[in-house]
Amino acid sequence: MGSTAGPLGHTRRLVTGAVALLAAASLVTACGSGEDDSGGAGGGGGAADATGTDDGAKLTMWTRAATRPQSEALVKAYNASHKNEIELTVIPTDDYQAKVGAAAGSKDLPDLFASDVVFVPNYTSSGLFADITGRVDALPFADKLAQSHIKAGTYEHKKYVVPHTLDLSVLFYNKALYKQAKLDPEKPPTSLSEWDQQARAVDALGNGVNGTFFGGNCGGCGVFTWWPSIWAAGDEVLNKEGTEAELSSDTAKKVYDTYRGWVDDDIVAPGARDETGTTWTGVFPKGKVGVMPMPSTTLGLMPKDLDLGVAPIPGPDGGRSTFVGGDAIGISATSKAADQAWNFLAWSLGDKAQVDVVAANKDVVARTDLASNKYSDADPRLVTINELVTDGHTPYALKFGQTFNDPNGPWLTLMRNAVFGDETKIEKDNEAVTASLTD
Amino acid sequence: MQVKAADRTAPTHRSPPERRTRSRRRTPARRWTSRKAQGLAYAAPTAVFVTVFFVLPLLLVGQMSLSDWPLLAGDRGVNAPKNYTDAADSTLFWPAVRFTLLYTVIVTVVLLALALLLALLVQEFRPGAGFFRTVYFLPSALGLASASLLFWGLYSPTTGPLSSILESLGLVDDPVSFLGTSTSALLSTVFLIVWKFAGFYMLILLVGLQRIPHEVFEAARMDGASRGQIFRSITLPLLRPSLALCLLLCVTGSLLAFDQFFILTKGGPDNSTVTVVQLIYREAFQRLDLGTAAALSIIVLAVLLLLNALQFRGLRRADES
Repeated sequence: MGSTAGPLGHTRRLVTGAVALLAAASLVTACGSGEDDSGGAGGGGGAADATGTDDGAKLTMWTRAATRPQSEALVKAYNASHKNEIELTVIPTDDYQAKVGAAAGSKDLPDLFASDVVFVPNYTSSGLFADITGRVDALPFADKLAQSHIKAGTYEHKKYVVPHTLDLSVLFYNKALYKQAKLDPEKPPTSLSEWDQQARAVDALGNGVNGTFFGGNCGGCGVFTWWPSIWAAGDEVLNKEGTEAELSSDTAKKVYDTYRGWVDDDIVAPGARDETGTTWTGVFPKGKVGVMPMPSTTLGLMPKDLDLGVAPIPGPDGGRSTFVGGDAIGISATSKAADQAWNFLAWSLGDKAQVDVVAANKDVVARTDLASNKYSDADPRLVTINELVTDGHTPYALKFGQTFNDPNGPWLTLMRNAVFGDETKIEKDNEAVTASLTD
Repeated sequence: MQVKAADRTAPTHRSPPERRTRSRRRTPARRWTSRKAQGLAYAAPTAVFVTVFFVLPLLLVGQMSLSDWPLLAGDRGVNAPKNYTDAADSTLFWPAVRFTLLYTVIVTVVLLALALLLALLVQEFRPGAGFFRTVYFLPSALGLASASLLFWGLYSPTTGPLSSILESLGLVDDPVSFLGTSTSALLSTVFLIVWKFAGFYMLILLVGLQRIPHEVFEAARMDGASRGQIFRSITLPLLRPSLALCLLLCVTGSLLAFDQFFILTKGGPDNSTVTVVQLIYREAFQRLDLGTAAALSIIVLAVLLLLNALQFRGLRRADES
């Protein structure tokens, strides 16, 4: 190796090594070049053609893996019935923000891109979406669209997105296990304490059966499944501007304590502590968990032979709420085919797409006036979910991702201290969350 | 010579022989120019490549590190030295530095020791040596991200087989949480890296071993040196250049660790396995702040350059002594 190289060889290797290191360090730049040009170009907030243009344009669209089945079903149905053609790219959920950020920097965003609704405020405030206020308002059912999504996508009184897929947090409970544990399978918990009792009753069955499960190393899972219990009690988690956290309230602590009890007494299925969110929805379908919060979008994916019931997530002493998550979608500010892109959006919100595609897949419709339809009427669980949309919340914060979804962010620290670690640190952790929100 | 020739001839009158020499002199010059041009032409593609993909990005990182540069909004002008102070003030910065160093030390020691052992084991041409060389080297053929994903699946308490296999063998009573505590997460990652890279470093050391002339060993054996003596006094010193290369690669690679932790632990549990490069990624793509990410990159770059320079100097001194 080096024996024949001599001193010159060393220098050369030093230089080569340095070059390699520099190259590694400069990787970051590859992803962001940008002049400041955040003005929406392609949208035209004033254009009020409600249905857009269908002239055989080729459109590009991005969505994240978490809502892939819903996006794919809509795009497939659209392509089959329209001249325009959408090419859908599905991006791993964890990489989505980075991908959008990098593409925004180099102005390579697709014509349409969906986003986890909690990240939308960050994107609208950065000018990534085209203004579609006029187009949205011209829809005959504009006021029936899921308002929590519309609110999340409104920035400085302009609308930038419409709901794409709704994903609500709800309780799934295993009726077969309920029967075995001598619980009434038609009486899901209506308060956190009932939930606690029922989970413990199922857990007592033993034999690999556990009471409940949650993603204990996953900030996104925490906001999605824990916050509804706080909302259900009438409390808030953030102030209106999304700049101050209220996650150390008495209600919040009651919720954390219940989860802590499940951990201490081994009521949760193994792996909750390590669960980073990648496999947390894969535990319930195995049929060994009694009752746990799940995303409504997974209802259609559950095994046919699993007898499961659906119930709203309750608060400590009753009440009900849900996290109205899922994806909102908008036209990118740099799209040259805004009219064609709008054609897809307007169609996707219409009666036919909402009922024959969305509802038929057992998903939540984006319009409150369609909550009861021929598919949901056949499955009372869907009615339960659809009706929750009005009780639900979508939290608003510009710095949502870096505060709550970042695996090294302050919220996950709070979550883990509250349930696994030192619960006396919650007040301080809450301050760290606020600091991140105003960063 | 040239000056003398010029002196001999009258300034106003040029003799034919002189003209000849001048024209003769011009020929090599022209040849030299064309060779120079040829050289430039050969070097140009690389030069252009290095400039476009390395020098310019590096300058851009430098500029970014001095500017307020959100990922989504682009350059907002100079704000130096805020990015640097922000980077160092981050509560994760010093723990990440400490963890990266700890990880580097553990990985380097374990990896090089094991690689050397493997190289010594398969050094001789014995029946089966080829088979084992291939087996040891095989994991190196896998990408680090794929290998990490594979291990993530194996380690997973919900879907992985490893824990249940250990349970059914009666080796453990409760499900093992391979990534659940800071120590187990670190050790599980070290295991992956050792599994993945031991064969690669073994290969480098094997080449080094085989460059040591056979006669030296024979002479030592004739003089009655024991195996331990041979290893200490012959193998190790003569293997130093290869060991040095391995050390350098391993230290640099470990200090830049990212993929394995990003996939296996995401820096968890409780931020106990956050490496410095993960911080860069986090600043850029979670916090969407390219400026601070660039500042961190420059810091890492400076430290690595310094460290490599020190390592080289130390090795050269060792070579000379």
